[in-house]
Amino acid sequence: MCLAIPGIIEEIYMQDDITMAKVNFQGIKRSVCLAYLTDINIGDYVLVHVGFALKKLSHIDFINANKLINVDSELN
Amino acid sequence: MEVLRPFRDEIKAKSLIDNIKALTTKPVNIMEVCGGQTHTILKYGIEDLLPENIKLLHGPGCPVCVTSLEAIDMAINISLNKDVIFCTYGDMLRVPGSSMDLFKAKALGANLKIVYSPLDALKVALANPCKNIVFFAIGFETTAPANAMLILQAKKLNLKNFFVLCHEVLVPPIIASLLESKESNVQAFLGPGHVCSVMGLHEYEHLVHNYQLPIVVTGFEPLDILEGIYACVQQLNNNGVRLENQYTRAVTQDGNIPAQQAIKDVFEVCDRKWRGLGFIPKSGLSLNSQFKDFDATIKFKVDNLDIQESKECISGEILRGLKKPYECEFFGTKCTPLNPLGATMVSSEGACSAYYKYRQSKLTASP
Repeated sequence: MCLAIPGIIEEIYMQDDITMAKVNFQGIKRSVCLAYLTDINIGDYVLVHVGFALKKLSHIDFINANKLINVDSELN
Repeated sequence: MEVLRPFRDEIKAKSLIDNIKALTTKPVNIMEVCGGQTHTILKYGIEDLLPENIKLLHGPGCPVCVTSLEAIDMAINISLNKDVIFCTYGDMLRVPGSSMDLFKAKALGANLKIVYSPLDALKVALANPCKNIVFFAIGFETTAPANAMLILQAKKLNLKNFFVLCHEVLVPPIIASLLESKESNVQAFLGPGHVCSVMGLHEYEHLVHNYQLPIVVTGFEPLDILEGIYACVQQLNNNGVRLENQYTRAVTQDGNIPAQQAIKDVFEVCDRKWRGLGFIPKSGLSLNSQFKDFDATIKFKVDNLDIQESKECISGEILRGLKKPYECEFFGTKCTPLNPLGATMVSSEGACSAYYKYRQSKLTASP
């Protein structure tokens, strides 16, 4: 139920005075409400739960998984 | 999903598991309190990869599972009104009520709409001005901002045909309740990552301080879970009592402030009954006085329901971490996802359902 998945913003628009976006989840595109985020641009990754973006995500977090790499090196 | 692939890396997983094994010297019980984490643990067989003396307990982290029987019966009762369109998340349809579930209500004529987002229910209300639209607003703090926005929009649009049946629940009070129980056997918690994306870390710092045990706020991918377990074991070995944030890509110290404000604007903290766990003070959210016009329980005056819980279901003991699903004599036989005795067998995030989906063949093959 608390499932939230990352997607990339392809379009931003207004609907009934709410900022909305068209978000691409690996090919599946859905409307997402951006009301709870600021400073969001096309191309940003967002974490989405029941049609609401809860957090802007950093590209680096996804591409490099840095923290896990650091843990490994610390452990070893 | 491509962007999440780094968090499913087999080599890193093996490295983390080796290090967890090297650190584990005594039996520990670690409880996750989010159904999404339970699902990942079972899907990737994480329990089987860990040392035998690490026991993962699956707590009350699935809102579908803990929505009270009274609320389910109310939902069924309201949905059977001829002028009602009842909007709900799909997970709720098969949750057993006292005498039927919402699927059965649909067979009896209830007009049900499955929604992906709360805002979909608003569209239904605008498209059907001659019907009363009721949305089943369940969920933890992750879902509360979405439900709050729905109600704010309904008020802004001055909708008179829109109502919510509200059963929002809160995570910190249930963790406190579990730890205050004499039967508690939990030494550390994996904290709920997406709840903390909204609420931040402050409430969990208080829990760590008050109950003197480690909490590691953790994500939902296999490496997230393993890293959370590693951090718990590391703390327990060193007698550590700290809040750690493993899920830094999604959780900040303060959380999502505008989302928290919307929750405060629409809801107030209330006492709440949890299915299988009983009455827990200040563990829920209900509509505050400014939004009572949208309260479906007032509009439809549902009371005097004859509530009857299954005597065979042990989901309460499972949600408290006292028993595993396969310790139920009806697991996989009389109780299956198609014919569930209790809510934990319904939702894909329920512990019984996850064990059934990912462990059933192994369990039945055991001597």
